[in-house]
Amino acid sequence: MTSSDSKISVPVMAEVFASGKKPEYLFWVGCAGAFDNRYMKVAKAFATILNHLGIDYAVLGTEETCTGDPARRAGNEMLFQMQAMTNIEIFKMYEVKKILTICPHCYNILKNEYPDLGGNYEVLHYTEFIANLIKSKKLKTNKSKLKGQLVTYHDPCYLGRANDIYEAPRYIIEALGLKLIEMEKNKSFALCCGAGGAQMFKDAEKGDKEIFIERTEHALATKAGLIATACPFCLTMITDGLKYKNKEEEISNLDIVEIIAVALI
Amino acid sequence: MSQIIFSILLLATLVIFSYSAFRIYQLFKLTKPAYPVKDFFKRIQRTIVNAFFQERIFRNRIAGFMHAMVFWGFCLILIGSIEMVIDGIAGTERVLAQLGIIYDIIIGAGDVFAYIIAVFIVVFIIRRTILNIQRLHGKELQKKNHIDAIVALSFILILMITLAGMNIFYIAGHSDFVGTYPISAIIAPMFSSMSADTISQLHDVCWWSHIIMIFIFANVLPYSKHFHIFMSIPNVFFSRLTPLGKMTNMDSITKEVKLMMNPETAFAATPENEAPPTRFGILDVEDITWKNFIDSLACTQCGRCTAVCPANITGKELSPRKMIMNIRQRMKMKGYNLVKNPEYTDGKTLIRDLIKEEEIWACTTCNACAKECPLNIDHPTFILDLRRYLVMEESAAPAPLNAIFSNIENNGAPWQYSNQDRLKWVE
Repeated sequence: MTSSDSKISVPVMAEVFASGKKPEYLFWVGCAGAFDNRYMKVAKAFATILNHLGIDYAVLGTEETCTGDPARRAGNEMLFQMQAMTNIEIFKMYEVKKILTICPHCYNILKNEYPDLGGNYEVLHYTEFIANLIKSKKLKTNKSKLKGQLVTYHDPCYLGRANDIYEAPRYIIEALGLKLIEMEKNKSFALCCGAGGAQMFKDAEKGDKEIFIERTEHALATKAGLIATACPFCLTMITDGLKYKNKEEEISNLDIVEIIAVALI
Repeated sequence: MSQIIFSILLLATLVIFSYSAFRIYQLFKLTKPAYPVKDFFKRIQRTIVNAFFQERIFRNRIAGFMHAMVFWGFCLILIGSIEMVIDGIAGTERVLAQLGIIYDIIIGAGDVFAYIIAVFIVVFIIRRTILNIQRLHGKELQKKNHIDAIVALSFILILMITLAGMNIFYIAGHSDFVGTYPISAIIAPMFSSMSADTISQLHDVCWWSHIIMIFIFANVLPYSKHFHIFMSIPNVFFSRLTPLGKMTNMDSITKEVKLMMNPETAFAATPENEAPPTRFGILDVEDITWKNFIDSLACTQCGRCTAVCPANITGKELSPRKMIMNIRQRMKMKGYNLVKNPEYTDGKTLIRDLIKEEEIWACTTCNACAKECPLNIDHPTFILDLRRYLVMEESAAPAPLNAIFSNIENNGAPWQYSNQDRLKWVE
């Protein structure tokens, strides 16, 4: 709904590097951004914002590969480390120093776990990056477009508890003129959407209820018309929850990136 | 005479306690390294905030407040207990009174706290026995766990009653008493009709029963969930300082992967003196780290972790509390046999005999348990090490996870898409 349907131009690292330039940022798209139909739109929206701001960045394109996060969290340390070392070699080749991520799982592993294998970078999640741009008035948004719309924000575990990022997404939501209404369990108390730790890729164990339904019910209880999140897995799970509750028509579920893209001036 | 009896009792207490402590030390020697303990300044800071200011426990306001009052009361009353030990050995009476105003403050606050703690302990007992608080139940808690809890609470209640009695009869028997006793001073006049002898005897009964209860309690603790009292502050101090989202790196794997990716170094830099790890991940108690073990000793089964676990809330088998209890339980079953014979086996293992695979795979690594634990117990790190065993030693991952492993290996993404399509999103 946000970015235009037309093709956007995104600088690819190999080409930019071949022309003798070194982009300031690597935009790490992540597998969800590259392959998940829904999240591809989020990747596109973020690139649109980067283009709009004239940020000096590039993506790895076909040279990007999984960070190894789902493998590591499913217990396959060997596969994770092979992925990580492959990526670190590529980063070394392109002299990468700063990385922008949209997926909190990629963010967490690049920031906290790659240093153990010799990969030290300044890794930013887009919520931190954009919150700073808004604060420094480099990114201006049209508040009137969204003014007063009720939104609730679901904290992704890998941004919140894992990395203590609670304020940046909330700051962006309020800067966009939306009215934030919190779920009962929020910030460090937030309930997981159910997809972390490689759960995204398997069925849940036997139980009474699906976690994503429980969390969707928390969100619905706020009566907000928009559920915002900042993670591809959370987005999938909450959207599934809305479908399960037959609410996908009346309540929208967006990544914060997409909301920003709507309000760009 | 009483000094001799006291000294013998004290010595016996210390000997028995040292023996228990030594036995636990032997178990720690079985454990594997977790991480180097550095950054003492940060650790002291964390201990002050989490332990002495009880930061995490206030995430649950009412129960948290009561716990904090009990904790702070204990800290103050401990000073009075030290005084009792000195008095007992030296035959003095309230020897720390020399501290003057400081003594008045400590003893006065201790007196008030004795009553507050007594009341809260009664509330805790009611919560456990009458009120149906979900967190204090759960199928992993067996009858013996409930008895353990009630015994510990009763010990504390008796300690507070005898402390109050000691203060009351001390004031009643001395017109020239030292220290301040805000609440006991109100109660003491009720006993003014008693003879001086009776009052003195009642004081001695309270004094001796209080100190003897401390001696007994101290020696029960190493075998109770309430070992918490000794281990919780160290557990906070030694907890990892890295963000909750960070997983520990397996350095043994790093070596292997480096050799694989860079074969020419294979012969150059293989340190032969380093023994290969016996096993990847955790199968049984001999594979656990010292942090897993200290976590299990510090845990007092409060269940805050399980109450916030998304898997548990939605009816899955996983309970983080149970996992931590299983570590201690298994150590009790196997640990001392391993101390005697490192090759010992009883044909059982932590995985499967105590922890089902279903529990291990239900975790979303959301870290709600670790964030909630007032003692910084690290459940997810333990659960992930169990997964590491299952996957790397037994290739026993659920089938869909094996599928993502091969997808990642073959096409660099958990889904089966070609890497050539990685830029489709720009269209």
